[in-house]
Amino acid sequence: MSYIAVRSQGLGKKFRISHESERYRTVRDTLSRGLASALRFGRRAERRPAEDFWALRDLSFEIKHGDVVGIIGGNGAGKSTLLKILTRITEPSEGLAEIRGRVGALLEVGTGFHPELTGRENILLNGAILGMRRSEIISKFDEIVAFSEVERFLDTPVKHYSSGMYVRLAFAIAAHLEPEILIVDEVLAVGDVAFQKKCLGKLGDVSRGGRTVLFVSHNMAAVESLCNRGIVLDHGRLVFSGPVKEAVGYYYDSVSSTPEAESHVFDLAPCPHRRSKGGKLLKRIELFTESDRPLTGEMIIGDRLRLRIHFELPVPASSFNIGLGFNNVYTQRIFTANSLFDRSRSDSERVGHQVFVCDIPEFTLMAGTYSIRIWLDINHMEVDLIDDAASVRVMESDYYGTGNMPRQGAVVLRHQWYLEDEAFAAKKTPATACASSSTRVI
Amino acid sequence: MVRPSRRWPRFGFKEVWEYRDLLYFLVWRDIKVRYKQTALGVAWVILQPVFATVVFSVVFGRLAKVPSDGIPYPVFAYVALLPWQLFAFCVAESANSLVGSQNLIKKVYFPRLIIPLSTVLAGLVDFGVSFLVLLALLFRYHISLTPSVAVLPALVLFVVAAALSVGLWLSALNVEYRDVRYTLPFLAQIWMYATPVVYSSSLVPAKWRALYGLNPMAGVVEGFRWAVLGRSGALGAQVWVSVGVVALLLIGGLVYFRRMESTFADVV
Repeated sequence: MSYIAVRSQGLGKKFRISHESERYRTVRDTLSRGLASALRFGRRAERRPAEDFWALRDLSFEIKHGDVVGIIGGNGAGKSTLLKILTRITEPSEGLAEIRGRVGALLEVGTGFHPELTGRENILLNGAILGMRRSEIISKFDEIVAFSEVERFLDTPVKHYSSGMYVRLAFAIAAHLEPEILIVDEVLAVGDVAFQKKCLGKLGDVSRGGRTVLFVSHNMAAVESLCNRGIVLDHGRLVFSGPVKEAVGYYYDSVSSTPEAESHVFDLAPCPHRRSKGGKLLKRIELFTESDRPLTGEMIIGDRLRLRIHFELPVPASSFNIGLGFNNVYTQRIFTANSLFDRSRSDSERVGHQVFVCDIPEFTLMAGTYSIRIWLDINHMEVDLIDDAASVRVMESDYYGTGNMPRQGAVVLRHQWYLEDEAFAAKKTPATACASSSTRVI
Repeated sequence: MVRPSRRWPRFGFKEVWEYRDLLYFLVWRDIKVRYKQTALGVAWVILQPVFATVVFSVVFGRLAKVPSDGIPYPVFAYVALLPWQLFAFCVAESANSLVGSQNLIKKVYFPRLIIPLSTVLAGLVDFGVSFLVLLALLFRYHISLTPSVAVLPALVLFVVAAALSVGLWLSALNVEYRDVRYTLPFLAQIWMYATPVVYSSSLVPAKWRALYGLNPMAGVVEGFRWAVLGRSGALGAQVWVSVGVVALLLIGGLVYFRRMESTFADVV
């Protein structure tokens, strides 16, 4: 039963961007133009200095019934525009899309919620806005309330709700929409982790129920776990369509080929994602690789990674530690390094400017980009923490020296294979630099 | 479902009908929310026309001594104010309705016609409440209703149609030109004085009557006086002119609205 649920042919959406000069129109100008335009029956005044901007261009794809499709791409790639066209919120400028089945759209959680109305009333209203029949809402009412976990506040105006309750209620309504095609945009960006999991679970149920789902998200882990197909958009064009793993891979390749600041020194002062309880004590990170070369650009799997961390100790302290967390692009922690883990580090009392060096003889994380979170503890209290403080890019390499490149998994680890009756031979040659390094994967 | 944009769209009544539950809930929301967090609440529905009547009675009835065809001036004014305020309220609300629900328009699809439609329907409820005050007023002045009151529902429907016809134009225009919002108060005021609310249309010279009929509200207001009180200034051929004007405006408004509809989400 794999008929086509969505077919798009040469879909395009054009916007007109007005130019600067227009922003300062006089009232008279506005009126006369408005009048002229109205008289010409809605056609916009063509004389304005304006430029066409194609948010989407020449988009053709097919989605089979029952597919769960992740739509990925950077900001401004046209993902939301595509969803708006498919949900009929806006019309395409060219091309056409064919959709078979009832469409349920979830472009935002809590659309049309009225702050003055109670939870109960908003369920009715929002359900109707999302396209449910009155009878449908009423029959699912109890289920919705149970899912939202706000029973006690059902008769309180939602303006008194906490934002968490608000979102839970809103999602509960949307989750009980039973369309044949569900279109979801980035709604999981809200709510706490537990709630996100619940939503993902609910979405998973929907897709297992044999319905077609289109899902836009920047959370690649979610896309990969939920979807079976992926569509990659870039600047309004479809650049890849296929199995989700390949789509995500394609997206990351295209992202990582964009140039970034090629320096081995990361100044921590301007970092936006910072939580400082004891002042901005972390100053700078410098990256070095094999034979103490500054690490600019990328390193290869298994190279040395040496980080020089400049920081300040405001008062004399001997118990201070620095932690480094390496997160992959899915924001999953792959490896944590911490000076706590090294017994041999000095414990003399120090004050003022310090340079702490973390030396990783073999950085054996898989090819990819890793963002570094760094934090400083003094007397076991976190005083300064920075997310995305620096990043390292690791390139594929023939780590095992066999000509067979490792491509899957998160790390490479030295390991040996031998047939038991040849064990004697294996003992004789313990491979090159064995897993004797201090690198540990947590 | 295929979606290329048609140049001349159809009215789409069928789709509006499919979304009638949404229409119902939007009307219900408007009514529920309108007087929330006001101290006087629903009393405002009554107070607005009553205050206006008091002011008009003093200024035009007492001071200016505007003739009122032998009807006590407060009754004369209130009867006319009912349809006028229904009209003015519906026009104002629907003109701002699309802009006011832009968060909906940008995030959910439904026939956009539902939005101005729901505001107009919600206005009817206010009208119903203030109509009760009229009954009290008639009782107070010992005026009894005549059989002609049976025409009233038709007149109310006509007011709604007139309000919708203007509201459709203004709401669609307002999406692109916010000037509408600022023009609206003047428009309402001028229009009211062009309508026999505070005076009788018998004051209008006969040769201007047909032209006067171009204002659909003129006929309606006099029609109201006739339906409720059994007599009024002047009525005649101008009624049909009014009907024609409203029909033209309404069809034009629908076509214009439907044509602009596809761009609402992008422009608003």
